[in-house]
Amino acid sequence: MNSLLNILWLGLKEIRSLLSDAVLVVFVVYAFTLAIYVQATGTSSEVNNASIAFADEDGSALSKELLNAFYPPRFKLPELISPDEVQASMDRGRFMFVVVIPPRFEHDLRAGRNPDIQLNIDATAMQQAGIGSGYIRSIINDRVSSFLKRTEETGPKPVNLVVRKLFNPNGVSSWFKSVVAIINQITLLTVVLTGAAVIREREHGTLEHLLVMPLTAFEIAMAKVWANGLVILVATGASLLLVVHMVLKVPFAGSVVLWFVGVVLYLFFATALGIFLGTISRSMAQFALLIILVVLVLMLLSGGSTPVESQPKWLQYVTYLLPARHFVSFSQVIIYRGGGLEAVWRQFLMVSAVGVGFFVYSLSLFRKSIAVSK
Amino acid sequence: MVSSASPESPGGSSSRLVVSIQDVTHRYGKVVALDGISLDVPSGIMVGIVGPDGVGKSTLMALVAGSKKMQQGRVTVLDGDIADARHRRAVGPRIAYMPQGLGKNLYLELSVYDNVDFMARLFGLSPEERKVRVPELLAATGLGKFAERPAGKLSGGMKQKVGLCGALVHDPDLLILDEPTTGVDPLSRRQFWSLIDEIRAGRPGMSVIISTAYMDEAQQWDWIVAMDAGRVLATGTPAELMARTGTQDLERCFIALLPEEKRRGHKEITIPPRPAGKAELAIEADGLTCRFGTFTAVDHVTLSIERGEIFGFLGSNGCGKSTTMKMLTGLLPPTEGTAKLFGSSVDAGSMEVRKNLGYMTQAFSLYGELSVQQNLVLHARLYHLPPDKAKARIEELVERFGLRAHLDALAGDLPMGLRQRLSLAVAVLHGPQILILDEPTSGVDPVARDSFWELLIDLSRKQGVTIFVTTHFMNEGMRCDRISLMNAGRVLAADSPQKLIEARKADSLETAFIGYMEDAIAEKARAESKDAAPKDAAPARAPEAPPPQQPPAARRADRAGLQLRLGRMLAYAHNETIQILRDRVRLAFAFAGSALLMLVFGFGITTDVENIRYASLDMDQTPESRAYLEQFSAAKPYFALTPPAQSSDEALRRLQSDDVSMVLEIPPRFGLDFRRGSGPEVLAQVDGAMTFRGDTVEQYVQGVHNRMLQDPASGFHSESALKGTANIEERFLYNPTFKSVYSIVPSVPALLLLLIPAILMTVSIVREKELGSIINFYVTPTGRLEYLLGKQLPYVVIGMANFFILTALALIVFGVPIKGSFLTLMLCTLFYVAATTGIGMVTSTFTGSQVAAVFVTAILTIVPTIQFSGLLQPVSTLQGGAGLVGSIWPASYYMHASLGAFTKGLGAGLLMRDVAFLAVCVPVLLAISVIGLRKQEK
Repeated sequence: MNSLLNILWLGLKEIRSLLSDAVLVVFVVYAFTLAIYVQATGTSSEVNNASIAFADEDGSALSKELLNAFYPPRFKLPELISPDEVQASMDRGRFMFVVVIPPRFEHDLRAGRNPDIQLNIDATAMQQAGIGSGYIRSIINDRVSSFLKRTEETGPKPVNLVVRKLFNPNGVSSWFKSVVAIINQITLLTVVLTGAAVIREREHGTLEHLLVMPLTAFEIAMAKVWANGLVILVATGASLLLVVHMVLKVPFAGSVVLWFVGVVLYLFFATALGIFLGTISRSMAQFALLIILVVLVLMLLSGGSTPVESQPKWLQYVTYLLPARHFVSFSQVIIYRGGGLEAVWRQFLMVSAVGVGFFVYSLSLFRKSIAVSK
Repeated sequence: MVSSASPESPGGSSSRLVVSIQDVTHRYGKVVALDGISLDVPSGIMVGIVGPDGVGKSTLMALVAGSKKMQQGRVTVLDGDIADARHRRAVGPRIAYMPQGLGKNLYLELSVYDNVDFMARLFGLSPEERKVRVPELLAATGLGKFAERPAGKLSGGMKQKVGLCGALVHDPDLLILDEPTTGVDPLSRRQFWSLIDEIRAGRPGMSVIISTAYMDEAQQWDWIVAMDAGRVLATGTPAELMARTGTQDLERCFIALLPEEKRRGHKEITIPPRPAGKAELAIEADGLTCRFGTFTAVDHVTLSIERGEIFGFLGSNGCGKSTTMKMLTGLLPPTEGTAKLFGSSVDAGSMEVRKNLGYMTQAFSLYGELSVQQNLVLHARLYHLPPDKAKARIEELVERFGLRAHLDALAGDLPMGLRQRLSLAVAVLHGPQILILDEPTSGVDPVARDSFWELLIDLSRKQGVTIFVTTHFMNEGMRCDRISLMNAGRVLAADSPQKLIEARKADSLETAFIGYMEDAIAEKARAESKDAAPKDAAPARAPEAPPPQQPPAARRADRAGLQLRLGRMLAYAHNETIQILRDRVRLAFAFAGSALLMLVFGFGITTDVENIRYASLDMDQTPESRAYLEQFSAAKPYFALTPPAQSSDEALRRLQSDDVSMVLEIPPRFGLDFRRGSGPEVLAQVDGAMTFRGDTVEQYVQGVHNRMLQDPASGFHSESALKGTANIEERFLYNPTFKSVYSIVPSVPALLLLLIPAILMTVSIVREKELGSIINFYVTPTGRLEYLLGKQLPYVVIGMANFFILTALALIVFGVPIKGSFLTLMLCTLFYVAATTGIGMVTSTFTGSQVAAVFVTAILTIVPTIQFSGLLQPVSTLQGGAGLVGSIWPASYYMHASLGAFTKGLGAGLLMRDVAFLAVCVPVLLAISVIGLRKQEK
């Protein structure tokens, strides 16, 4: 009972300290509003504004129609270049795609042949190159067949394929990006706030002061966990409501409460990580350098930037231990796919297990570091 | 010591004045540090500015030294306005300034020699001059044998000597020393003053301005300025001042000079005797020893303190007082020996002991961001006082400690005296039996100190509280029942102050202390070896060489201006390099960190979507439906088949839980419709939650389906459907296998070469601000550009070294070859690293602490670099604000160049645009930093 009270009072103190630091408050607000909006809307994995050029050696009505089939926002208006400019313009990075239409293209088609169209792709822009080339292929095929239909018969297809995208039918990438942005900010800010709180108390000598009082290291650490966790939780809730729900209008398919349960579990891990880093670094400068290493790895390997399935097998086993990966995964299940507890309990369990393990480990380090603090 | 030559009266002709201050007011926010001060300081003498901490002494000295920006008023130093930058540049080399704080302007990683040598370089001494001058000074101050020791490992007294050497290296005409002896042991203090005397004897024209909180030191000086609350109380020779107030010593004189309302209630402290008889033992320590590695901080300390006794610990900073206290409070487990409070041993876990203990740490250890009331309430709660009792207790303490008027003030905003009272109030809140106070009165004015001691005496005599207190004020030592004198981890003597003085036949406690110290040193020297020189303390009056005389100023004049600037820049570059090399963590981060991240990113970020888990839902179960599905299971490595779904519900559930990413649904009557040629529809349900993956899966499904229709062997081939379709032939340029490693690996260096240099750079500058060594930049003739370029140079070199490491990893580990112009890429990297360190410089101009610097730099750099620079999607496809950021962010250009040189095989000509942009970034960022960097403290 006394112990719970201690944790409560210390935590309240922690929140007061945080709120009195104007710079930190401003950054938390920025990170959970503007930063998320910019990330969600600014970038997209869809093909957007892709630069495309045509080298038209046919000059027929059909080739002109093909040229007109590409327009914003998916593509920039195509430019017409001569066939010998193709390589040079790609080298300069002017275009991502260049379509070369051969001479006598329309004529060959009408004659029932299958003439070749060459599609040059800048294959260093991985995400867009793969998807974009698919679009171009289907746009050209559609146009060619509708053009020919006007003049002569083409047979029906033996089998038709209908592709339906679930959970995000229009493929709006801000749905996905906004949630990943929140997840990244949660990771970054929780670790920074908690770690900085540990270091600040140590540098100001208040930690020593606390340790001479009848308080345990567990109580001191736990107060930091709940106080900093709560601040981030509130910021997350506000961000989800204001930015994701109201501004970006991302529908929330599953249970909001369930997701927040998951967030709380993850915060437990993130605050423990903050305490761990704050404990092992001897100064703010060292802490900063560690943050960069740890947070970047968490962000990039979590599956929020590129799919986890694409990682090499051995790395997938390693990232299985990263709570951030499970956080991204169960967020998708709950928010987009509307999955319930039965769909996410494994991830919840994994996040909690790693969180608790890490917390216990950080706590023992925290105790030791205090013992040798000079 | 100093012969008290009485100076000419200060109102003389202006040429006799070294400093003239007119109507100077200085504020920090709402706090007025200096309140309309006017003061004329005569030249050629030793001037003491006395007064407790926080009265504006340091502000005044920093203004005179030109290190702080003038707010209001005028200060003339050496016949010119110090607010004028040109004048500062001109007279800078004639002024030496040593800021307050032990070794505050020293670089702790650098050796003693390097520290002094660095100052010599900043003042433009040539290498030959330095080789003579620096060893001379070190010999004169007795630091000769410690020349190679890092400054961080010196005692406080030695640090101050190093600081003095740095200040004297260019033979100044005006020497400004801000509290040079605070926290220094009595012997070192005495040595320090005799050193100053000898230097003055060698340079009679030199003016010295010194501030001190120890009034007794100022007794010997030529002329005194007594300050309080931002105002000058009085000026004159010590004799004059004492005669005016009719007092015997300066401390009493100072109190007499204070305005009436401050003195009210002050009376001479009287200490009632302790009740006779043997009391129980409150604190017992037996052979307490603490070692950190090979360093022994506390060496077999044994003591026993009775209940109700006031026991004092006297000694300098770093002599082991605080460490002993930490062992007594259970904060630090002793390496050897035992500590007991009321007979029970202090283990790190024992709660009972802690409830009986009140503790005040050396630094102010309350929460500055909470109000006085909140601090008190928090502690009452943490000690679990019942609410009504807590309220009454807080009321009582607020009354007794005179905190009523300040209840709502933030603890951090209180003046020192009040803060200490609040700390004491917090320490006694729960009515502890033992109080352990670590230097509770350092930085508190004499009146407040006396009132603080009254509280202590009251606690001891009336409530029987045992008080264990450390101090470096001798007069406070005199008030204790017993004291122990401590030096270098050992207790030299312990008894009542009077007995200690009598035992040494000394005239004061200080002399007695020095006597004990000299004995201990002599004994140690004998014990070690006959010829080994005593450690850390040469005999007080025997410097090994006479102070050097020849002023190098004349020789310095003929060195060209540009050469001087270059010299100072290189001095900073050299300094920074040594610091990085000595800091293992930063060094490891700079090199191992980027290699590690390169491996993680190279293996971890990949957009190759393969092995997509999918399930079939075959509602037809005919040979045709099976043949259709077979086409997908054969499409390796794109698709990976999982057990088929039995119902739509199951399919949906599996999609929901991310078990599969796609479900291929064959409708009933598929085979029949196909045979009839009526074109049945197959439905592919794709998980679109992660948009990129969803889009890619869609393309794959379409691809497999289309190929099936074209392939005569598939059984779904149809001539008529194919008639008149174009055959689209894809050419994947630059990356024919379409593996993301060729695109990601060359992009990662753009990320790492931005983040790491920017953060290292900003930390290196802000660190100086935070630790105080930036004062060297303020008070030396170093220009902003010299400072910035000098600090930048080592980080550019580190960045280039990183570039080679990363390139080697790309070539060897990832097998990504360089197809284009490597030389151009190198040039590009050079500009890039110069630009990214420039970003760090810019963020350092508007951040004041290392925390803020790191936080701001990380937030400002990570997002645009990962999101808007083409790592995940081309800059040309970004929109709005993101597009704008992407088009001016240097990483975009470097990423293009790196990809170009590695994967696209571009030659020099095609990389020139990137080179040009990055080359432009460098001077722009540098210019912003130069404008933003202040040459004076605010």
